[in-house]
Amino acid sequence: MTAVAGPSRMIGAPIKRREDPRLIQGLSHYVDDIKLVDTLHCTFLRSDYAHAEIKSIDTAAAKDLPGVVTVITGKDIEGKVGDVPCGADLPGLKVPDHPALSIGRVRFVGEPIAAVVATDSYIARDALDLIEVDYEELPTVVDPEKAIEAGSPLIYEEFGDNIGFTMPLEAGDADAAFAEADHVVSGRFVNQRLIPNAMEPRGVLAQYLPGDGSLTVWSSTQVPHGLKTNLGLIVDIPEHLVRVIAPEVGGAFGSKLNVYPEEIVVSYLAIQLCKPVKWIEKRTENFTTTIHGRDQINYVEIAVKNDGTITALRAKTIADIGASYQLLTPLIPTLTNLMIVGGYKIQNVKVELIGALTNKMATDAYRGAGRPEATYIIERIVSMAAKQLGMDPKDIRFKNFPQPEEFPLEIATGITFDSGNYQASLNKALEIVNYDEQRAQQAELRQQGKYMGIGLCTYVEICAFGPSAGVPGGGWESATVRVERTGKVTVLSGVSPHGQGQETSFAQIIGDEFGVDIDDIIIVHGDTGRQPQGIGTFGSRATAVGGTAMVVAAGQVKEKMAKIAAHLMEANPDDLVFENGQIFVGGSPDQAVEFATVAGEAHTAANLPPDTDPGLEATHFFEPSNFTFPFGAHVAVVEVDIDTGEIDIQRYVAVDDIGNIINPLLVNGQVHGGIAQGLGQALYEGAVYDENGQLLTGTFMDYAIPKATHLPRFESDHTVTPSPVNPLGVKGVGEAGTIASTPCMVNAVVDALSPLGITQIDMPMTPNRVWQAIQDAKEGGNG
Amino acid sequence: MANQVIHTAINGQEHTHEVEPRMLLVHYIRDVVGLTGTHVGCETSLCGACTIMVDGQAVKSCTMLAVQADGAEIMTIEGLAQNGELHPIQEGFWECHGLQCGFCTPGMIIAAHQLLQRNPNPSEDEIRHGLDGNLCRCTGYQHIVDAVQYAAEKMQGSRERKEV
Repeated sequence: MTAVAGPSRMIGAPIKRREDPRLIQGLSHYVDDIKLVDTLHCTFLRSDYAHAEIKSIDTAAAKDLPGVVTVITGKDIEGKVGDVPCGADLPGLKVPDHPALSIGRVRFVGEPIAAVVATDSYIARDALDLIEVDYEELPTVVDPEKAIEAGSPLIYEEFGDNIGFTMPLEAGDADAAFAEADHVVSGRFVNQRLIPNAMEPRGVLAQYLPGDGSLTVWSSTQVPHGLKTNLGLIVDIPEHLVRVIAPEVGGAFGSKLNVYPEEIVVSYLAIQLCKPVKWIEKRTENFTTTIHGRDQINYVEIAVKNDGTITALRAKTIADIGASYQLLTPLIPTLTNLMIVGGYKIQNVKVELIGALTNKMATDAYRGAGRPEATYIIERIVSMAAKQLGMDPKDIRFKNFPQPEEFPLEIATGITFDSGNYQASLNKALEIVNYDEQRAQQAELRQQGKYMGIGLCTYVEICAFGPSAGVPGGGWESATVRVERTGKVTVLSGVSPHGQGQETSFAQIIGDEFGVDIDDIIIVHGDTGRQPQGIGTFGSRATAVGGTAMVVAAGQVKEKMAKIAAHLMEANPDDLVFENGQIFVGGSPDQAVEFATVAGEAHTAANLPPDTDPGLEATHFFEPSNFTFPFGAHVAVVEVDIDTGEIDIQRYVAVDDIGNIINPLLVNGQVHGGIAQGLGQALYEGAVYDENGQLLTGTFMDYAIPKATHLPRFESDHTVTPSPVNPLGVKGVGEAGTIASTPCMVNAVVDALSPLGITQIDMPMTPNRVWQAIQDAKEGGNG
Repeated sequence: MANQVIHTAINGQEHTHEVEPRMLLVHYIRDVVGLTGTHVGCETSLCGACTIMVDGQAVKSCTMLAVQADGAEIMTIEGLAQNGELHPIQEGFWECHGLQCGFCTPGMIIAAHQLLQRNPNPSEDEIRHGLDGNLCRCTGYQHIVDAVQYAAEKMQGSRERKEV
């Protein structure tokens, strides 16, 4: 950046979060906490049927209810607002119409049909009961493998089948490698449908000011900028008159990386009514109509030599995409294809991907988004291969890892891993867990009739999205750094944190850059009125891409400050050091000027060096040259009670290499939370639709996200292999835990039960399912 | 049904309002009284984001009617810090990184408050069981457990000092 950087003092320190005082005292403002005068309340009538023709909708009684302002249906806004957008552009992608309120036909339970606006949220709910919809039920299909068979009920008749897209990928000569293989190991894996369930449901508040024609929308979103651009186009307000604010956002995990029908309809209503309109999602709506995640079926086989070398992988994936596309729906399973060889040097690959339309809510990005599925496939099949070959699961991994000096490494699917040392992370994890002792204990316990298992997962993931060629709408990030007249620093970022804590970690980065106190820095995010262009927070990109943007911008400001300070001190700008709120000549700290004095001089502007403009502000748009590829090794030790099917997690060790670490406290938080969601998938969670397309798991009573008693203590550690892709050397940590932990846990449980001949148990590994697998195995079958 | 007048004391302050008999207590606190630190996460008393203290008992305020709180003494998250000093539980959550998005946090802190009132020196298992009615999607709970342990130790320490 600038010539002389001060010594690093805050980067790497476990600084406690600056966000917390407001959050622990109930002083923060999520969307529903924002109260505007004369706000009207919106509710949505949603389809009770998974597939039906709407014969008629009668809204008269609802409109007559005192307090109801208006009721609209799809026909009322047809042609007046644009469709719910899909940003994916795959070859041959069939894109259906996607009106914000359905017209003519509904295709999943929960699809919005009508919107009520009333003076009070209770009245708005009452009015829903007064709307009469006459449905004619149609046949439904919820099983993606049945959906792509000929003769299945069609989600969109105009498409002729339920295949939304296909994506083949081939590298090398897989068929030849299989012909020469010593062993072929195969499996069918199910990555069940998950419901993200951020604790704050979605919410939208929109205000239109007819005087200046401006629209302001507060939304619980991860992507305020994308929402701003899209909403402007959809409701026909020029982009520069639309402001989207993501206030405090209560978690998202990918589920708020979207443009939803409610955001469109509430904005439209605010414009029509010239009053603020608010909609707050109910948990039931969150279950049925906020995007779902995962939902893939994978048929996989690998070709293996006697020494454990994996020469080829073939796979067929059926991805259940639901009844419509949300913003990135079709792209998510394509990431599975890209990452399907994991961290192994498999040169020959042949994979097929089919996107299946079904009468369910759309799937889209949920923490990990396509990479947990890839990791599950490769980490399960590699462990199965080890079993089949009689190898230790660690040895087959070491056998197929690339060597550290081979990075940057182009892999068969065409992407280039930035940096890596997979041996180091696995060795460290094995050491922490005392692997050899654990294996010895396992052998001993097996003698005693106890079923202990050790599961490994060595993963690599793709994140820090990313070069713009790989991200719809752009993969860059913007930042503006401004040193105010008093020396206070304002950083405006295009990323949109919603729990990650970057008001703290970004301030650490900027504090080190300027040598100023963290309390003199403010990080502003989530407001397109203050930072007009940006991309947002998803895909573990915020620090690698957004953090870099602000480092570069800060460097530009710093260079100017050095020039002004040098002018004031009659020194050489290249010799100056920024530290402790001062700018001084390196080696002679007496020759110093206050950081704040230079800031003041830049703004009073009476004594500036020649050719220097007033002000201290720089904006940078950073475009990364590549993605980053965090990696690591997780090890789980479990004991399974074969009488009850219960799984006791005794150890969970995570060694994650996420490049350089800005704040280890926050990194720990991300790792823990990620593992918790991965264990949720492995052990408890699963969205279940019945054959009629009714969601059977639509409450927290039926859909089990982990509670405090469900989870063990996690042992988190790291190796550090900096990324060469950005000057901070960071990779990203938001998704690593989720990506690694599901196969790790399944590998552990299958390992525990392998003496019974069990080779696979599908997730979620509920006690009932495990118990059933044990019974089947005992009866001579194979779990 | 006719509206009813209710009297409450919330965080030490008296309130009198006329409310619809069907109004939920959480909506009364958030929308009528204007204390928005208490959150609504599920409306079915499963997630615990709306947990508050009513007459000394931790209650999920999304499944209690405002009229049922007539005459009650209520404490919400906004009432926990005293004279600008964070309560040890709040301090613990801050020190131990016991929160990320913060949405479950007010309810989690109130649940921990009740837990420590009943059991000032809980084991890790007892903490996990005591918080079983409160869901967190961000943290994996470990740092929340650490936060409650931090608070327990700190509160224990101040009790011992008082006894001396």
